[in-house]
Amino acid sequence: MEMEVLNLTAVGPAGPAFAAQVGAEAGTNAFSCYQCGKCSAGCPLSYAMDYQPRQIMRLVQLGLKDEALKSSTIWLCASCATCTTRCPREVQIAAVMDTLRAMARREGYPYKERSVAAFHRAFLNGVASGGRAYELGMILGYKLSTFEMFKDIDLGLTWLRQGKLKLLPERIKGSASVRDIFEKVRKLEQEEVARQREGRPAAHEGMEGHS
Amino acid sequence: MRRVGVFVCWCGSNIAGTVDIEQVKAAAAKMPNVAYVEDNKYTCSEPGQAAIQKAIKEQKLDRVVVAACSPRMHENTFRRTVGGAGLNPYLLEIANIREHCSWVHPDKVAGTRKAVDLVRRAVYKVAKNVPLQRASIDVTKRALIIGGGIAGIQAALDIADAGQPVVVVEKTPSIGGHMAQLDKTFPTLDCSACILTPKMVDAAQNQNITLMTWSEVEKVDGYIGNFTVTIRKKARHVDTTKCTGCGICWSKCPAKVSSEFDLGIGKRKAIYVPFPQAIPNKPVIDEKNCIFFKTGKCKACQMFCPTGSISFDQKDELVEEKFGAIIVATGYEQWDPSPYGEYGYGRYKDVITGLEFERLVNASGPTEGKIKRPSDGKLPKDVVIIQCVGSRDEAKGIPYCSKTCCMYSAKHAILLEEKIHAHSYVFYMDVRTPGKGYEEFYKRATEEHHATYIRGRVSRVYQKGDKLVCLGEDTLLGKKVEVEADLVILASAMVHQNGASKLAQTLGISYDQNEFYTEAHAKLRPVETNTAGIFLAGACQGPKDIPETVAQAGAAASKVISLLSKPKLETEPLVAQVNEAICSGCLWCKPICPYKAIDGKVVKERIAGGKTIERPVAAVNASLCQGCGACTVACRTGAMNVLGFTNEHILAEVDALCL
Repeated sequence: MEMEVLNLTAVGPAGPAFAAQVGAEAGTNAFSCYQCGKCSAGCPLSYAMDYQPRQIMRLVQLGLKDEALKSSTIWLCASCATCTTRCPREVQIAAVMDTLRAMARREGYPYKERSVAAFHRAFLNGVASGGRAYELGMILGYKLSTFEMFKDIDLGLTWLRQGKLKLLPERIKGSASVRDIFEKVRKLEQEEVARQREGRPAAHEGMEGHS
Repeated sequence: MRRVGVFVCWCGSNIAGTVDIEQVKAAAAKMPNVAYVEDNKYTCSEPGQAAIQKAIKEQKLDRVVVAACSPRMHENTFRRTVGGAGLNPYLLEIANIREHCSWVHPDKVAGTRKAVDLVRRAVYKVAKNVPLQRASIDVTKRALIIGGGIAGIQAALDIADAGQPVVVVEKTPSIGGHMAQLDKTFPTLDCSACILTPKMVDAAQNQNITLMTWSEVEKVDGYIGNFTVTIRKKARHVDTTKCTGCGICWSKCPAKVSSEFDLGIGKRKAIYVPFPQAIPNKPVIDEKNCIFFKTGKCKACQMFCPTGSISFDQKDELVEEKFGAIIVATGYEQWDPSPYGEYGYGRYKDVITGLEFERLVNASGPTEGKIKRPSDGKLPKDVVIIQCVGSRDEAKGIPYCSKTCCMYSAKHAILLEEKIHAHSYVFYMDVRTPGKGYEEFYKRATEEHHATYIRGRVSRVYQKGDKLVCLGEDTLLGKKVEVEADLVILASAMVHQNGASKLAQTLGISYDQNEFYTEAHAKLRPVETNTAGIFLAGACQGPKDIPETVAQAGAAASKVISLLSKPKLETEPLVAQVNEAICSGCLWCKPICPYKAIDGKVVKERIAGGKTIERPVAAVNASLCQGCGACTVACRTGAMNVLGFTNEHILAEVDALCL
């Protein structure tokens, strides 16, 4: 939001379309939000956010995609879903945050909170390869991408001593299926990026009143 | 020597909890004229009332004081009790020792002392009471309704349905009012004409209803049950008994002027019916624009009229009619948003009001329902709707909320999306949707029709190419925003009807600072005025939507029906009375009377020396007088007294409390 005055018509039909797309991906109706602010008021992390959760909903409604996807809010959201639980309009706000994170990632937006994104990536990488969380691998992956090698190191040593951190990854029986799931999601995301690049209509378009 | 009976009520613990009943009784027994004292747990109960009647008979009481709750609560109850025992009902006084004493004083000693004082006041006053008689007056079994909009039509149908004759006076050429101009109605989106026109036809066909369109109320005299009303039947220049409404006259008329009904968006002729479904479907000639009236030549309409209905020498006619009751249903006007220079209404063709949009979207409107914007006839893609234009703005508009704009703006947003897929940006300060199905309707506008609601007032509208740029702040986002609109709709306020205050003065009813008529009680008497026999329906009392207007019209009608179904009306005897002997005839009391109940008259009297002189004195019309007492305060000679509250009564009360 560098410009002084937001031109709402410049967003054009993309405005409602963006809100409809976010709603469809998150399984909710983004137009339902009436900006009461109950989500922001109850959010345990709102103190650190650049936009309050309510404002993110507003940006989505107005189709201000860049502002929403560049915000720190979508990365700081811990998905605790207090907002969703309390929303009087039954908007799945936590799911909207999740959707916006996924969008930011697949469309190559720079992460406002690099370390949070790195944490998610490290966690998911572990799950993708072994089918379940691998703590030590995740810690190493996270530290390598954030260059904070020695932070919280004594906590890590304590965990190792107590046997909380396994040295080697464990595999589950269906790890191949999990890998397939990841592969499928990756493909879907690529298709979505391609669809947007070519300007084809999304699968959900024309759907009304989904919630 | 009077024989006053004092009855002290416990009201359970309501009074007895804070007032020592025994002490009050002992004190009352010692008061002058008091012959009997009794207490009762609930005096208003049947045994309580029976005890009063028994005491009146056995103790030969000629006056009664009941020390209990407020007279507003049970004065009438006890008047009936006393009357039932053979005493005049006005030989009763109430000492309010509940609302004025036990309920407001926590201290029993002080409370008891005050209760004794209140009882003493009543005992002193009741000794001065004299028997008063209720008079009865005749009722003219006919109602007048001023205004032929949905309120007037509904009230007329309801009264006529009860078998009583009604006259509807409407100042425009057709009944129907603003509702006839609307397209769809919220929250169900049923078409306004489809639900209104059958009612208009019913009104026209009902034997008990007389429609007087193109007419205005000129003068109102009389009082409840007996109003004499002078109605001006404006010259129509068309004989409605011959005219068939074939329409040849207005198709031949060469004078085109802008149509009031279409708010200037469409045109009409100088001889015209305001809209195709008009009732009566008979035209009027608008003298200001008729070429014959301007130049003395033309008469095209007369030449082509197959029934010979047109006459250019018709004159206004004054008729005098008698009515028993009046319903005022004069409605509202839309506020002219020109004072908002920053919105460019009047400067930019594509800045229109909500009511103008109704004509634009209406299938029988000048564009046949195609939402063509006025400047170039293009269909708009982006529309800005600005709410609270005039409303809630003390600087340029009016202080109140117009109540209907939130809903009709949501309706406009829905219609725009539904009909031409236009996207609406609604600038609002609050969205107020208190009504059945209203919040759901607003939700529908946002969720299903994707109207963008932006909290903030638009600061300025300016032209940029063929767009109208609207600048505002999204106060929820904390950012300035602009919208490049093709059409701007101003949700303009609902204000009083033109000449509302003048009509109020003609009728003798009161109005507020916004020139809306004042109801007798905001909660408990919402359709009555302070003038007996005159009732209110619809937006002349304050901004209202259609459901509320219809409900109020029905309520006003039921009041009229019950009034007209009485064989005679009883009048309250607590009214002003002139002592003609000492009245100086200054008539100061006349302009002060809010009910127009006082007039001057001339009396003849013999003076010393045997000469007879004539002199003016005040005269009170007991049917109009409401006993407010304003005249007694104004009277310089003390000639004016309200019966039951005479100067003598008041002084007796002062003596009781102060001596």
